[in-house]
This record gives sequence, structure tokens and C-alpha cells, in this order.
Amino acid sequence: MHCAGKWVAAWFGLLAGIVLLMVSGARPMAADLMPEPDNPGGEASLRLLSQSQYANTIGAIFGAQVIPNVRFAPVPRAGGLIAVGARAAVMTVGALEPLESAARAVAGAVVSEANRDLLIPCGPAAGQSRDDTCARAFLAPVGRLLFRRTLTAAELDGAVRLAGTAATDAGDFYSGLSAALSYLLVSPRFLYIEETAEPDPASPGRWRLDGPSKASRLSFFLWDAAPDRALLDSAESGLLHTPGGLRQELQRMLTSPRIEQGVRAFFDDMLVAEGFDLLAKDPVIYPAFTSKVVMQAREQLLRTIVEHLLNRHGDYRDLFVTRRTFMTRDLAAVYRVPVHAGPNEWVVHEFAEAGRRAGLLTLVGFLARYSHPGRTSPTNRGRGLRETLLCQHVPDPPPNVSFELFENATAERRTARQRLDEHNTNPICAGCHRLTDPLGLVFERFDGAGQFRLMENGAPIDPSGEVNRVPVRDAIDLGHRLREDPALTSCLVSRTYSYATGREIEPADRPLLRYLEARFEADGYRFPELLYTIAMSRAFDRLRAPAALVAMEETHVR
Amino acid sequence: MFVKSRPLSRRRLLRGMLNGGAVAVGLPVLDCFLNGNGTAFASTKTPLPTRFGTWFWGLGMNKHAFIPKITGADFDLPEEIASLKDIKHHLNLFTRFSIPTDGNPNLCHYSGWVALRCGATPSGRSDLPGESLDLPIARAIGGGTPFRMLNFAATGNPRDSYSFHGANATNPPEISAVEVYRKLFGTGFADPNAGEFAPDPATMVRKSVLSGVLEESKDLSKHLGAGDRERLDRHFTAVRELEGRLALQLEKPPPAPACRIPPEIPEEIPSGLDVRFVEQRHQAMTDLLVMALACNQTKVFNMLYSNSASSLTREGLANVHHNITHEELIDDELGIQVESSRFLREAFQAFAYFVAALASQPEGDGNLLDRMLVYAHSDNESAKTHELQGTPMFTVGNAGGLLKTGLHIDGGGDVATRLGYTVQRLMGLSIGEWGAGSLRTSKVISEILA
Repeated sequence: MHCAGKWVAAWFGLLAGIVLLMVSGARPMAADLMPEPDNPGGEASLRLLSQSQYANTIGAIFGAQVIPNVRFAPVPRAGGLIAVGARAAVMTVGALEPLESAARAVAGAVVSEANRDLLIPCGPAAGQSRDDTCARAFLAPVGRLLFRRTLTAAELDGAVRLAGTAATDAGDFYSGLSAALSYLLVSPRFLYIEETAEPDPASPGRWRLDGPSKASRLSFFLWDAAPDRALLDSAESGLLHTPGGLRQELQRMLTSPRIEQGVRAFFDDMLVAEGFDLLAKDPVIYPAFTSKVVMQAREQLLRTIVEHLLNRHGDYRDLFVTRRTFMTRDLAAVYRVPVHAGPNEWVVHEFAEAGRRAGLLTLVGFLARYSHPGRTSPTNRGRGLRETLLCQHVPDPPPNVSFELFENATAERRTARQRLDEHNTNPICAGCHRLTDPLGLVFERFDGAGQFRLMENGAPIDPSGEVNRVPVRDAIDLGHRLREDPALTSCLVSRTYSYATGREIEPADRPLLRYLEARFEADGYRFPELLYTIAMSRAFDRLRAPAALVAMEETHVR
Repeated sequence: MFVKSRPLSRRRLLRGMLNGGAVAVGLPVLDCFLNGNGTAFASTKTPLPTRFGTWFWGLGMNKHAFIPKITGADFDLPEEIASLKDIKHHLNLFTRFSIPTDGNPNLCHYSGWVALRCGATPSGRSDLPGESLDLPIARAIGGGTPFRMLNFAATGNPRDSYSFHGANATNPPEISAVEVYRKLFGTGFADPNAGEFAPDPATMVRKSVLSGVLEESKDLSKHLGAGDRERLDRHFTAVRELEGRLALQLEKPPPAPACRIPPEIPEEIPSGLDVRFVEQRHQAMTDLLVMALACNQTKVFNMLYSNSASSLTREGLANVHHNITHEELIDDELGIQVESSRFLREAFQAFAYFVAALASQPEGDGNLLDRMLVYAHSDNESAKTHELQGTPMFTVGNAGGLLKTGLHIDGGGDVATRLGYTVQRLMGLSIGEWGAGSLRTSKVISEILA
């Protein structure tokens, strides 16, 4: 749906050339200046599959028509990311129920008369409801894609046996196959991404991901989906552990249209996109801000990011100053710009050069997301910016604090700035508000729905503020300042690495992060290059010794 | 310390300890209260109550408009809870109980409900130090029905659940009345009053699929760390529970004379946190819950009306309830925050609807509340200051005749976990104490014992 043909083709060509440059070694290599430092790696993880990973995997194996409408139970964030929280998520029966329903829905759709000829490579022998040979021919390759490794003989035999028993009971081969496929889909082997460690032959005494685990880490990182056949072939043959084999796969993956869903998934996670789920504005105060606009505001952010980082291969920092975005008729009503688009049609839109908006932070998806239902929140906007894009922590307010002065607009305090000044002069409030408000006040010319305005309660709005103690004039100026802020790019690097490896950043990772940041800089802050650098790094598949082994060794020493 | 030379009767113990007063006096539910197998109270032979639920609302109360002046029976209903008039006799109100944090921070809109659910205050926002009390209760009484527990969030937010095994295992709530209907009364539901019963072959297949998954538990990865092994164990526990539910659906359900399959929910209630839509969802979910109980679909439930830092709003307001509690001036004359109080009054109207719905559902010679105990509470006393001391709590129902109702209990600063402990003991849990640090208690609230 998102892979609109024209622009996919455009960036496909552009990106292919860039990646060819990368893998051929023709680009400037920051590694020449700074070798990759040693990194201890993390522990092998057991990550619960996410809703989008589930849908993308099912779609890739069986086709989009089979993707079920399933809602996964929320997973708590860790280290700022759901991808990291997934390694500690625990299943409950309430969380399992929809997955069991989804498994039946997928299996039913796959064996349906409409799809079976396309998706099942054989049919039952004439007059037979049970046909183990055909069941095996279907379940072996599908099971490999679902479990992300070749099934053991016992696993495959078990699935074939289940298919046979259920087929006999129902008197129908396809009912049996459906039961067996359901089994694969509710198995923890599918629902958890289990990583397995193996000794690293290139570094005696060190450990790394085994081939299939590395394929999974790569694929969920870049495609937000399970590995395809080619990647599993490469993993199981050992090729993926060779630099050449890895380069080849990365080239294929980074130039595949599927990279877009991977990039979307990453930024959805980094930008805390679940905040859109219940976003609503007061219809009296902001009548143009409908539930449709909420969905489109999120989509606009992602389209802008994908367009800039992938299609145009842009500098990440320029996302905060770019005037290029996408628009719909509904969004145009909020932005109050003319747009020629059909219903639900997305068109490229360029904000005016001397206009009021430029950069991601002036899009409704940011401005409205961090506002109240009927008015702005400079504090939330400042906090949202610091926490999601600069990876900085803003403490909670103290329990016993009054905000009364902020509520009531009076003749002396008609604008948010005037009201917040009261807080900033209060030492209890000022500590944290100094972190958030000078940033957030810069966006005050955009109301709680993200619509431009010049006045609040009849008083002119002063959109100035500061970042890192440097004054900024307005939101556009802030974008330019942020563009030069090293925290912006180091945050992206650290989040991307954390997302790729599924673990929180530790102090031991700092040297590696500095290396990745240097590479990112040398690569002109191009995001595909960052993905490539991380995936090619030795740290990517480095693991600590398995806990069970360490425990055994300690026992032995004692 | 009480039992010396002669057996202690429950009545003597109660009389001696309470001495006719209405103050909260610690009194353990000693084993002498229970019969030999713990399924009935010894003196009355009354079966232990078989249903338990929680009800939650966010942002506490305005104490000047909430706390009755009178304690004990015949307590008054100040304006914020005036809507409880018709159901007052079904409930008890608990005020001035405390939640000491023992050096942990008072995490706004978090520490309070966590402590009231699991008996300990959290050290940080990602900390849930224990399991919520509905879980051991569900393990004790929740068997024999398809759903060991049902969770509802009238906010429509899948993150709004205060039922948890720990920090990384929250029981997700139902957020859509349409989905609840399908889950409870859709495919797989067997009418307990239907004459004929034939097991559904599709259910048999589902059960065999889950049995196949459970076979895998014998082959847990040997190289997994202890934490991941435990997570997989939990996964298989969930599978086992689901399999058990399917096994029940393959048996003819016991008759439930009061069970009536409710009309299907025609369409989704609009999403969003406008109080109108939240009230509609709460009503629809309450109605479905009542019939789920009457039809023996579950014995344990959690109902959430609004989240802890309530995001409810209403048309024409620029802000959400939570922000209003911090920013609205206190009315000089009334001594309350007027708009904030309006949200709370609406919450208590919803509570009154909930209680009345349970009370109006006949069962046996009485109604559903006769064999039920609902534990209701908020996240703080004053949302404006995040005051934990005095966080309001209620019980609803007489728990099979074990509880008095219609009382206002002034805790006098004693720990709020006494109510959670009392609730668990009344549900038959053999625990000598509950809670951690200063919240640890072994004292039931004896004034409410019948």
C-alpha cells in the first residue's frame, strides 16, 4: 500500500547505486580513520514478535490477502524502544487469545479454495483425506520460514502427524493442513525470535549469533519481517558469516522495496507512534482535526521520513529543515494550504520558501501529538523533542506542585509564554521547565492541532526560544539549530543500534557508538549507510558467552 | 497471641476486639473462621463467595465534596458522591487510609494504584513489585468457567490495565464492546440453558493444536537463561489456560437459569476519551459483564472506568481531566475544583450504574451481589497534589453474607493495604499477611465483617 510504484522505482534506482558504491568500497571509509572498537555484545535474546513483524512476515510468506486483523497486547518500552522491551515481554492468556484467533484466521485463509492452488504446492491423493507426503511438502518450507530455520525432524513429523489426525477426523485434507499451520503459528518457535549463540571461529573464546539467528536479526532490523528463503539459505550455508556473503545479502536487502517497511517500523518505534492511537482533539475547538486527520498525521510523518531518507537519500539532519512533505485534502484543511488531490490521495507538497513551516517538527504529527485536546503544551512539545529525538531524559514533575497559574488567561498572562514564566521563576518548577519550555515555546505559533496562528487570546505570540543556551527565533530557526546539534545524530545512532540488536545501550557500548557516529558523519548522515554500517559491524552479531555456559564454568572452577 | 486455653469463637473474638466501637481494629481472619477445607466460613456454613471484581477510576476525589461527615452506618453522601444514593446499601466506603512509600518516590498517578493492587510501592515507573491481587484470587476461585478473568477498559486504551503478573506481564483489557460480545457470546459460546449440547468439532481441533504446542514445553531450549526460561514457562501456562478453556467448551455447561444471551452490539462506540463515549463503553461493557457472570463465563473481572491520570475530556474543553486537576483554581466558596469535580461526579454516576446493574441481575433468591465482592479504588486522594494518604476505596457486595454493607470506615491513617488483605482473606486465600515494608499487614478491617 505504501510502496507507491513511481517513487519506489525512483529510490530503488538511486539506492541501488549508492549501495553498490558502499559495498564496492569506493565511498570514503571512516573506518580508515577509526577502526571498529571491540564490543562485548549482549546476551542472546528471546524477543516477542511485534504486531507489525507478524503482519509483515505473514504477508511476505502468503500474500497480503492473508494478513489477519489482529491486535497484539502492548509491550512496555525499555531504553526508549518497544523493540528492546520485547526481550522481556511475558505472555499472558489475554495476550495469547488474539494470536490463537489470528493463527486460525491465517490458516483458514491459506487453505481456502480461493488461495490453496496458489499457496499449497500439491493436493491430496485422489480420494484421500490424509496425505502425509503433500502435508510435508507444504509444511517443511512454510515451517522453515515461520520458525526462521529448518525444522527439526521431530518438529516436522509432529506437524505432519497433527495434519493427518485432524484431516482424518474432519474427513478433509485441508482442514488437517489448517490445523497444522495453526500449530506452527501459535508455537513459541514462531512467536518469539530466539537467538542462539555459537563460538566465533574468527575470535577464539568469543561468541556470535549462529547463522539463522543472524539472518533473523538482520531481517527484522531491515525489513521488520522474518528472513526470506534466500537469506535463510545464506545463513544455513554459512555464507552469511563471511564478509562477502553478508555484503551481498545487505545489498539485496537494502535495495529491496521491503526496506521501506523496515524504516517505517524503526521510526514508528523511535517516535513513540502509539501516542497517535488515542489522539483526539476537541471538535468544537479544532473542527478540522478529525480522526482521519490523526491517522494521516502519523502517515505524513512516515512518508516524509521515507521520502527524505530513502527516496531522496537525504542527510538525516535535513529532515528538520526540509520543506518537502506529503499532503491530503483532509490534512490541507488543518494546514490551511491549497492542495489538488482526490479523496484519500497523497500528493507531494512543498511548503513555501519564506513560509511558516519547514522540517519534521512543524508537521501536525509532532505539534498535535504533543498538545492537549484544546490547546498547546510547550512543556509536552519540549519534552517530546528531547526524549524522542535527542534521547534525553526529562524528569517527572514533583508530586506536590500547583499549575493553577497556567490555567487562567488573564490580562497579564494571555499567552502560554507569559503563564509559563510564572513556573520558570519558581525554583521547584524551573529545573525541569528550563529543559522543556524554551524548546516548546518555539512552537507556540502552532495551536494544539498544529494550525498556524499569530495571536493567543488577542496577544501576539513571541515564538522565540533557545536550544543549548543559544537563542532561536522560531520553529524554523530551531530546526536549523537542531540540525547542527550532535545530540540529534548521536541519538539516532544509538537508537538504531539498540533497535538492531534488541538491547539497551550499556556503558561498554560507548566506544562503538562513537565509531558509528563517526561513520555516520563520514557518510554524510545518510540513513541507509548507517543501517549498512551497523549490519556489517562485528558488534552486530557479537554475543556474550551464554549464561548457562558461564554458570557451568564457574561451577567447574569452584 | 489470642488463643490460650479454650477455643476461640468468632463472635467472641469480634465482640472482644471491637467493643462496640466503629474504629478500625486489626483482626486477622483466623483459620477458626474457616471450615476444615477452607471452602466455607465455619459459623454459617456459607460457601465462600465465588465472584470477585475490581473497579477503578482515576484522579481520586475532592475531599470537601466527597468524605462523609458521618462514619459507620447511615453515613451522609456529600455532593460528589450523591449519585450513590440508591446503591449505598450495597457498598462500604473507606477513607483516610494511608499509603506510605517507605522512601520510594511518590510517582504521580502510579504509586497509589500499584500499592493498592500489589501491596508495595514501586521504585520507578517501570517497576511493578509483585502481582496484582486479582490474580491469586482468580487462581483460587476462577476455575470452572471459560474465562478465568475478564478485563475491561472503558477508555478503549489497550494499555489501561491494572492487572499484572509483574512489570512485563500486564493482562490486556478488552477495549471494544463489539469484541467483548463476540468473545463472550459469539462462536464457541454454549447456551447453558439449551436442551441439546454437541461439542463443536472445531473446538476439538483447536484444543489438539494447543496440546501440540504444549508438547514443546518438554523441549525448552537448554541454552536459554533463567529469565527467558521463566518467560517461556509463562507462555506455556497461558497456552495451558487457553486449552483448559477449550476443554470446558467441549462439555455441556451447567445450567444457569438467569442467563440470557444479550442482544448483539450493533456497532462500535466511537473511539476517543470524550466522557460521553467512555460512559457509553462503560455501560455496554458493564451490561455484557453482568450477563457473562450470570452465564458462568467468568468469576473474576477488572473494570476500569478511567485511567489513573485520567485523560477524559469533554466537548468544548481545551484540556483533559488530569491537567484540569492541576490547573483549575479551587472555588473559594465551594472549596473544590468545580470542573474536576464534575468529571468525578460522572465517574461515580458510572459506578452507581455498575453497582445497580449487578444488583438488578437476579440469581437464586437474591442477586449477583449476594455472592460477590468488588474492590474499587482510585490512584490518589487529591489529584491536584498527588496526595496518596486517604486514597478513596470502596467494597461492593456482601460476599456471600460475610460482609456488612452500607458503612463508611474511617481508617484514621492506618495502612490502606488492610482492605486488600481483607479482600483476599474473604476470597479464601490462606495468607498470613500481605504487602511490603510499612504496607505489610496482617490485620483485616473487622468492622465490615458480618
